[in-house]
Amino acid sequence: MLGKTANGLYWMFRYLERAENTSRLVDTGQRIGLTRLGDADDEWTSVMQSAGVIEGYDAHYDETSKDSAIDWMLRSRDNPSSVLSTISEARQNARLVRTALTGEVWEALNGCYMATREALKRKVSERDLPAVLGLIRQRTALVRGATHGTMLRNDIYDFARIGTFIERADATARILDVKYYVLLPSNFSVGSSIDNVHWETILRSVSARGGFRMAYGSQVNARDIAQFLVLDKRMPRSLNFCVSKIYDNLAYLGSDYGAKFPSMDLAEALVNRFNAHDIDAVFEYGLHEYIQNVLTSLRQLGGQIEQDYRFYE
Amino acid sequence: MSDTKIFDEMWGRNETLRDPYAGFQSWFEGEDLKRLRAKQREAEEVFRLTGITFNVYGRSEAEERLIPFDIIPRVISGREWQKLSKGIEQRVRAINAFLHDIYNRQEIIKAGRIPLEMITRNEAFLPHMMGMCPPGGIYTHIVGTDLVRTGGDQFYVLEDNARTPSGVSYMLENRETMLQMFPELFSKNRVQPVQNYPSDLRRSLAACAPPACDGPPTVAVLTPGIYNSAYFEHAFLADQMGVELVEGHDLRVVDGRVAMRTTRGYQPIDVLYRRIDDDFLDPLNFNPESALGVPGIMDVYRAGGITIANAPGTGIADDKAIYSYMPEIVEFYTGEKAILENVPTWRCSEPDSLAYVLDNLSELVVKEVHGSGGYGMLIGPTSSKKEIEAFRAKLISRPSNYIAQPTLALSTVPIFTKAGLAPRHVDLRPYVLCSPEGINITPGGLTRVALQKGSLVVNSSQGGGTKDTWVLED
Repeated sequence: MLGKTANGLYWMFRYLERAENTSRLVDTGQRIGLTRLGDADDEWTSVMQSAGVIEGYDAHYDETSKDSAIDWMLRSRDNPSSVLSTISEARQNARLVRTALTGEVWEALNGCYMATREALKRKVSERDLPAVLGLIRQRTALVRGATHGTMLRNDIYDFARIGTFIERADATARILDVKYYVLLPSNFSVGSSIDNVHWETILRSVSARGGFRMAYGSQVNARDIAQFLVLDKRMPRSLNFCVSKIYDNLAYLGSDYGAKFPSMDLAEALVNRFNAHDIDAVFEYGLHEYIQNVLTSLRQLGGQIEQDYRFYE
Repeated sequence: MSDTKIFDEMWGRNETLRDPYAGFQSWFEGEDLKRLRAKQREAEEVFRLTGITFNVYGRSEAEERLIPFDIIPRVISGREWQKLSKGIEQRVRAINAFLHDIYNRQEIIKAGRIPLEMITRNEAFLPHMMGMCPPGGIYTHIVGTDLVRTGGDQFYVLEDNARTPSGVSYMLENRETMLQMFPELFSKNRVQPVQNYPSDLRRSLAACAPPACDGPPTVAVLTPGIYNSAYFEHAFLADQMGVELVEGHDLRVVDGRVAMRTTRGYQPIDVLYRRIDDDFLDPLNFNPESALGVPGIMDVYRAGGITIANAPGTGIADDKAIYSYMPEIVEFYTGEKAILENVPTWRCSEPDSLAYVLDNLSELVVKEVHGSGGYGMLIGPTSSKKEIEAFRAKLISRPSNYIAQPTLALSTVPIFTKAGLAPRHVDLRPYVLCSPEGINITPGGLTRVALQKGSLVVNSSQGGGTKDTWVLED
């Protein structure tokens, strides 16, 4: 496979994952705003922080408002992480790697692009928002399903998966980091339930309210949430889950290519770290610092993968 | 050409149903226009979703366009096709022999059949190719011969596209779409298949592997990138052949071979089907500004390290000025009279011809020698006085840049309109593959159709569409 193709696959699936994560965050912001009295603008600031788009927003707008936040996250061409920008980028990358994709994956993505572009042609009214967000989720899920159902399990698939999980781990880490202050030891040492709004924000942002209830019951506390999102391997968006998937796919690549690359060592070290840690130790170390460490390791890992598999000249 | 009445491929000149269309007509009579209108829309949806688009130069990504597709097949009988394919094969053999001769001994010039300046003053002539003989003596591996029809047995070659002819993906997708939408049509009519083209192409390219190749040949398609107007086709062909689609920056010269950067390191390429122009191929040997090509590829090529398809410098054979010599060229190299006719052509570089052309501008089609895509041409009969006068000035200032031809009464075939069938003018581009193993012509080709009533311009860049082209099993 061409290095360029590996790169294109990696980014195609990163962007697709990002589009989905962003739409989920918009959904969260909207729900929180509706169920909360008074001014919800603070919530949009934290939603945009979680999406990693707040700096660009502040550069374009003087104040935070729901309408402009939603527009920035869904439609803005000036925001490289808006749903519209990321789906366009995913499609550009898909065109670049067209020969590596099955016809079904390409058509699902092209269909996703056409439908989203149509739905985001003009500002989305509050009335239409749920339907538009639903459409984005369905269309991206269709691409994922076609990928899962029709692609060979070879290096092409591995790069697609690695891109997906690097992006997802990054997103989960950011969501946690933005809300780390509500998960501070002072909250959980007394065993108190954290503010409803906060835990709902966190769990909605990762589409896991049901999953959390199933695994931990209906009593919500900071410790369990952190455990769930950092270490719980049953949770498909937890850091531990994502990193172990990245490791698996790097291992498949390694055995496929008959070579062990430095990126695999980095991934292995990360996996071991998560397996050895328990959540109390994480809090002792400092959740914020811990998450920052993870983000740095993920960036390093991404860079090493680029190098090992010759993404660029 | 003297007939004033235009030849229609379904109804002839006198409203009598022609045999090849009998099967189609009996199907069409039982069809409901409403259903067909829905099918026409469905076809557009299919094309949009599969991404069969072309980019319009200078526009943003939003400007990917569909080439309009017409659901009514064009039908050619097996007997008609046999004659055509013989003529095409003869012509393509002659073109390869001509290219070999021009870049080696130049016998045809010594024999006085073509003036020397036709070659030396020609921008498409590449001195780098002198003394070079590519594997199997094949210069042009992939040819698209543009044909037009004016009567039951009267076909003309309009152009020999011997550089990088495009459009074959439309031939394949048009058929695929028709098979999906009208399966019943294909069980009633025995249509010769076109679907083998990608595997034929791959086999044909692999058969041209260079001396340096040891083992199964590695083939790749070289594209200028995703912003090129024909990118879809490049990706499509690479995909269908199961080979890599590379860009210049994926390639470099490693140990005397052109190699592509893969996730496992650099891997040599044996045959490169390039879809970029000569000028951009090698910044060390040609245009130094080119970022699309591979520095040093020409040196590897000359040393037998890679096969470039089509060979650099093939443009000398499909140039519109050379075109006028094609009957002589065919005779010179094959010893036979050309089976397919040339359109009579006036070379404006010759004073007598220029005088005639200037006197008859309103009757003639005048084309740029190096032009393509229907740009920069004058169609006398449909142009205003003002347009003709403006063109006259251009012609006088640079006569050698132009050739002129009579306006042909191009045949029509039915297309589907809101009101039912209506005749429109068409041309035909069959696709030809050449390798040391032989010449392979896919039955049919790409039919381009001028969708505007009465229009003679079929180019997609000028509002033309395409349709499926059937060659029947007789």
